[in-house]
Amino acid sequence: MSGFGAAGELPAWGADGRSGRGEVFFPEEAHAAAPADFLQELPSYRSVLRRRAGPGGGHDPQGSLGARAGEAWGPQPEGAEPAARPLREYALSIAEKRRIRDYQQADIKYLSGWNQWKRTSSKSWRKVLKDIKESLSYLQLWRHDIHSIEGKFGTGIQSYFSFLRFLVLLNFLIFILMFGFVTFPTVISKYGIFNSSFAKISPKNTDSPCTVYTPSGNKGLVYFYTYLKDLLTGTGFLETTSLFYGYYAIDAALLHDVRYNFPLAYLLTTFAYLVLSLVWIIKRSASGFKRSLVHDEDQFQSYCNKVFAGWDFCITDLNAARLKHRSLQYELQTDLEEERIKRKIADRTMKEKLRIYSLRIFLNIIVLAVLLGCFYSIYKATAFSQEKSNNGSNTDFQTNLLVQYLPSMVITLANFVAPQIFSILIRFEDYSPAFEIKLTLLRCVFVRLANIGVLLFSLWSQIHCDNDNCKACGYNYELYPCWESAVGQEMYKLLIFDFMIILAVTLFMDFPRMLLVTHCSWKLVQWCGLQEFGISDNVLEIIYGQTICWIGTFFSPLLPAIATIKYFIIFYVKKISLIHTRKPPGRPIRASSSNFFFLVVLLIGLVLAFIPLGISIAHIPSSKACGPFRNFNTSWAVVPHTILEFPTGLQMVLNGIASEAFAVPFFMVVCLIMFYFIALAGAHKRVVEQLREQLVMESRDKLFLIRKITEAQKCT
Amino acid sequence: MTVVFFFLLLVYRLHGRYHEMAPNVVPMDYTKDPDVKLPMQLIINMPELKENPFKERIVESFSEDGEGSLSFNDFVDMFSVLSEMAPRELKAIYAFKIYDFNTDNFICKADLEKTLNKLTREELTAEEITLVCEKVIEEADMDGDGKLGFADFENMISKAPDFLSSLKVELFFHVSCLKRTFIKIPMASNFYMLMKHST
Repeated sequence: MSGFGAAGELPAWGADGRSGRGEVFFPEEAHAAAPADFLQELPSYRSVLRRRAGPGGGHDPQGSLGARAGEAWGPQPEGAEPAARPLREYALSIAEKRRIRDYQQADIKYLSGWNQWKRTSSKSWRKVLKDIKESLSYLQLWRHDIHSIEGKFGTGIQSYFSFLRFLVLLNFLIFILMFGFVTFPTVISKYGIFNSSFAKISPKNTDSPCTVYTPSGNKGLVYFYTYLKDLLTGTGFLETTSLFYGYYAIDAALLHDVRYNFPLAYLLTTFAYLVLSLVWIIKRSASGFKRSLVHDEDQFQSYCNKVFAGWDFCITDLNAARLKHRSLQYELQTDLEEERIKRKIADRTMKEKLRIYSLRIFLNIIVLAVLLGCFYSIYKATAFSQEKSNNGSNTDFQTNLLVQYLPSMVITLANFVAPQIFSILIRFEDYSPAFEIKLTLLRCVFVRLANIGVLLFSLWSQIHCDNDNCKACGYNYELYPCWESAVGQEMYKLLIFDFMIILAVTLFMDFPRMLLVTHCSWKLVQWCGLQEFGISDNVLEIIYGQTICWIGTFFSPLLPAIATIKYFIIFYVKKISLIHTRKPPGRPIRASSSNFFFLVVLLIGLVLAFIPLGISIAHIPSSKACGPFRNFNTSWAVVPHTILEFPTGLQMVLNGIASEAFAVPFFMVVCLIMFYFIALAGAHKRVVEQLREQLVMESRDKLFLIRKITEAQKCT
Repeated sequence: MTVVFFFLLLVYRLHGRYHEMAPNVVPMDYTKDPDVKLPMQLIINMPELKENPFKERIVESFSEDGEGSLSFNDFVDMFSVLSEMAPRELKAIYAFKIYDFNTDNFICKADLEKTLNKLTREELTAEEITLVCEKVIEEADMDGDGKLGFADFENMISKAPDFLSSLKVELFFHVSCLKRTFIKIPMASNFYMLMKHST
């Protein structure tokens, strides 16, 4: 595009960029000393013309070029596409487009029948595809709501709600998977619908104490609040329903002579929903990742992006416009401030550096101490809660509920307190504002996800024991005859409590605050004002909920349905809270980078969910008293068992794939491919830089040459 | 055929908005290709554009006579480029026109200063404005002439992640528009043909 690089020196094609006839947009000559006409003959210029004004070769005041351009357009080679882009994508007025369309139609008549048909059919096919895409976009869930939020509050907050919609759809799909392959066959075979029957698992050793499992179930006449307690804690009548792992006790379902291997299906469906989540998240984050890989940090071109793409043209509300003006001003001032701080950091003396580094180390130790405190309190609370609920069952309703929900409450408290402490501490660490935000977010993410890990770890330390009690079955069968259901119940409680907290915070903190600010005119109250809509906090909240759902679905197959309903309701709750009780953030987060950030954190949550699931499936012995894996040592053992039933050839192939002889070379090849792509990306980045420099050099050369030639022409 | 009618419906509704700005001037019958233009003052008072700091520049960029009067063709043009379906290249071309205040086909320092003042309502100090203008030119100027030509602008915009999502306008259609069922656009008119064959 070097033809355009020295745009100012080239004569205009069409007298004025905006005259009635010359609607084709070309740069005008910058000054009266016009260079010679030979500039129009530059190959680069002509190819640019051909590309840009391809179909619009009609009216050229300087006839010579018009003919050439017309030539370029006229007799096209037979197979070529005259206009790869649809007509409406050209920056011409409608009159021009009409003229071009007439040219095109006249042109078609000169082609042979086959090419004519090919061209018209490809045109209509493209049109049909485009229309299908457009109409599909109208079917999107909550399309109108999210558009109106974008208009009033900008694209940063809109990205949060799009993310929420994505999670609703993901959870719904996971639920469909689990329901279709796990719950539905169990239900229809248990009730004998469609002429199906089931083969119940016959436990190998009926005398073993491991197989004793008596869930309380329906005890007949009980107090009403027992049902409420059961609903909230997943015990009692809820424990025996299809909500939890213990219900799925069939070995195989027989439907019209087709044997449906149920344990295998259960395990494979678990893997399937994990893989589905992984693939979908990676697909969504691919575009953001490509952009950040090629363009490095977000400081690149941040000024240009703010100036030219900063104003949301969707804004129609006066208040939103005022806020946007203020936020743009704030953003630009912050960026300039960052420049100043960077310069200050570069000027630091040795003594100052030492002081700051030692301060940072000290503060990081404090952060670690806070984290350890959180973990320890969660561990103790879980242990206490499990002990109490296993020992005394005659305490009254409220204390029992409190004890059951103790781990959830401690986790929520830790999730609330720790980020506040981090945001106070980081002010002393003297980082640049952008890095401050990133580091605080990373610490908060770590706290939230690690808390779940600690809860699960403390649960396992309860379930697992070293003394003789467990030798018989590998787990603590006296307290937890069906330990998977117990874990499922904890996940269920976490999810319900999280949902209740979100509702409670909105009802009891946001709305009273809004009422206070609206009706009370004390200076202190007005200075506090409405709370900002903290995008990162809200996103971390829902990612925390999603991680619980991923971990819990193996132990409680209907959990995704509850998660779907929960996120569905949260959408409306957050929307109402946003519109009525919040003010938009003063520091707007850019939509593009925030989308990528949300998905990266979600991916971290998913990967962290793999770990406890992997350990439960492959390492911890499955409970012998309930569930589909009763006859196996671990849940994973069903896979080797099934492979043994395959034909010998296939077995050998699968054994070969799983052996070290295959895995190590495969791993090495994958590493090589990865290094190749990393090197390729680095090389592309370097090439982009080189080409940029080259462009600058070329246009400077051209300016120099043009000046020399004009001087030489003047002399002759 | 349904697709054609869908576009026709959009055209009707756009005409409804155009008509209600000046009901005495805008005709209902476009068979004779009337030459009616609405002045800038009416258009920049539309609710979609009222709060936009660049509204005058937007209207001027799409008007054929450069002074801001829009015929119905220009009106449709404007909203189609500003819609979310328009491709990036097209938006880049018109964005360049919008930010080029002195219409010299370059975005020079004076244009940038005016842009910044419109964006921040003149709340930045002169020193800050100078600094930001210098940074912008430093980041985007490729040919080293101290101002942004169209190539510089397009290259920079292609890397700006928020450009596509920020440069779009949602049109509001009132219920009264829907009541309108019939305006005379004969089947042979160029308008309809343009919509039908616009691939």
